Amino acid sequence: MGGWLTPDILPPEAWRAVALSLKVSLWAVLVSLPLGIFTAYALARWRFPGRGLVNGLVHLPLILPPVVTGYILLLSMGPQGPIGGPLARIGVVFAFHWSGAALAAGIMAFPLMVRAIRLSIEAVDPKLEQAAATLGAPRLWVFASVTLPMILPGVIAGAILAFAKAMGEFGATITFVSNIPGQTQTLPSAIYAFLQVPGGEGAAVSLVVISVAVAMGALLLSEGIGRRVARRVAGA
Amino acid sequence: MSVSVTVQHGFGGFNLDAAFEAPAGITVLFGRSGSGKTTIINAVAGLLRPDAGRIAIDDWVLLDRAAGVSLPVHRRRLGYIFQDARLFPHLNVRQNLLFGRFFAPRDAPRADMGRVVEMLGIGPLLGRRPAMLSGGERQRVAIGRALLASPRLILADEPLAALDEGRKAEILPYFERLRDEVAVPILYVSHAPAEVARLATTVVALEDGRVTGQGPAIQILGDPNVMPTGVRDAGALLQAVVVRHHDDGLSELSAGGVALFLPRVPHAPGGQLRLRIAASEVILSRARPEGLSALNILPGVVEAIRDGDGPGAIVSLNTPAGRVLARLTRRSVAAMALAVGAECHAIVKTVAIAPENVS
Repeated sequence: MGGWLTPDILPPEAWRAVALSLKVSLWAVLVSLPLGIFTAYALARWRFPGRGLVNGLVHLPLILPPVVTGYILLLSMGPQGPIGGPLARIGVVFAFHWSGAALAAGIMAFPLMVRAIRLSIEAVDPKLEQAAATLGAPRLWVFASVTLPMILPGVIAGAILAFAKAMGEFGATITFVSNIPGQTQTLPSAIYAFLQVPGGEGAAVSLVVISVAVAMGALLLSEGIGRRVARRVAGA
Repeated sequence: MSVSVTVQHGFGGFNLDAAFEAPAGITVLFGRSGSGKTTIINAVAGLLRPDAGRIAIDDWVLLDRAAGVSLPVHRRRLGYIFQDARLFPHLNVRQNLLFGRFFAPRDAPRADMGRVVEMLGIGPLLGRRPAMLSGGERQRVAIGRALLASPRLILADEPLAALDEGRKAEILPYFERLRDEVAVPILYVSHAPAEVARLATTVVALEDGRVTGQGPAIQILGDPNVMPTGVRDAGALLQAVVVRHHDDGLSELSAGGVALFLPRVPHAPGGQLRLRIAASEVILSRARPEGLSALNILPGVVEAIRDGDGPGAIVSLNTPAGRVLARLTRRSVAAMALAVGAECHAIVKTVAIAPENVS
């Protein structure tokens, strides 16, 4: 009798779901992070027409039913959609593909990421950025050498929070890319699928445990890294 | 090098309209809060775009609204010393000091890091983070950071205002060394008369957004008509030379042939220094006083009388030592029948000349 969590306790498609979820979430965070930092900076520091609209759009996935977000994605990014159509012609396909799951997860996690980063940008005294400019630093350099190091704890916290959220994304993902084992079946969709078949509860519970472990691990990691970076940045 | 500034700017009912020249040395923009000092320095820095104006260092134009020229902040080659130091908290002292050097043009004359560190006495601090420094240490690092950016102009916005008296006394000598050893012109904002008297090469007096007087410090500080902070803080500057040190702890000085006695000054005999004599510490007498404890008596002729807002008045006296200001009540002015051209004597107690007014 092996341990409770040995590879053979789960059918191979369950492990594939775990691996796919990790891949989808990692890509979702990696690709959306630069955009998230930019959006957070713009919302925190710039006054521009349409700022309220951008703020609303960023937060929309947080308040819309995930199924609605997924359906909007399917309509716009699907092979017949206004964005998905032209993209499909140059060979970029999102619908019913793991990259679509990453897109859905990234969009659903975006508000959380932006909020965490924006808070840390608002905590940076603009006078320090002014001081850097008077010392000859062009704008991008001010950001890279003063702002970014100081907001690093917030960026890391935002990225890990977004990763955890992406790991758990279900509604938008299953609507947009369906639930194809080995292709678009992520961890939550796998749990859902196992619960639909008789005798699948065991595998479902195991996946739930893995899910909880990943989420808790991400949370602890984010706290730990955040604390360490904050200490370094504060210079104490 | 010389900086010429013309700035017009209006906001919220306040109108700034100022023009002045800042030659080498420290040019102090002097006036109470709300007189427009900080607006001017921020326009020079590029942190604020004035409605109209022209700012140039020699023939290098930083701003010319009429010609549509406005260099961005980071291309103005400044060293800005802020009131609140603004050191980067995530960098140590050495990294803070070198921050500006990284962006300076390669052909810019480079201040020697070792010399700046030695001049400011910050060698032991190089590895520390700003959070571990005292207020005075932070401000010294900020001065070094500005110098090492190879600036063509140094700006200082009330750099001592946030420090207590002890720390002020710690930092003032560094600005004196800056004035005497660095060729770059320095624009220095202040509302403290004692600071101005000690540091200023040139004074630009501001009141309600207008320049009320500009010129060499001795000339402007002794002119009761341009003193922007009112009669209470008025005081004149005298140039003196140390004659000898006496055994009883006094130093004998000579100003225009008049002997003055001061508590021991650090300068060697023959050394030049300037004294600020606060108008409120001066007593006037029509007759030459006899049997008086005060050691410093300066004969002179009344040059001008300016009434203050309250019961006070400022009498400006022309003495062989230079111009001296005295603050008395208008009642005394009348009782003594003081008028322009009247002869009288200015009396200053030796201990009334505080060490922070000697430099």
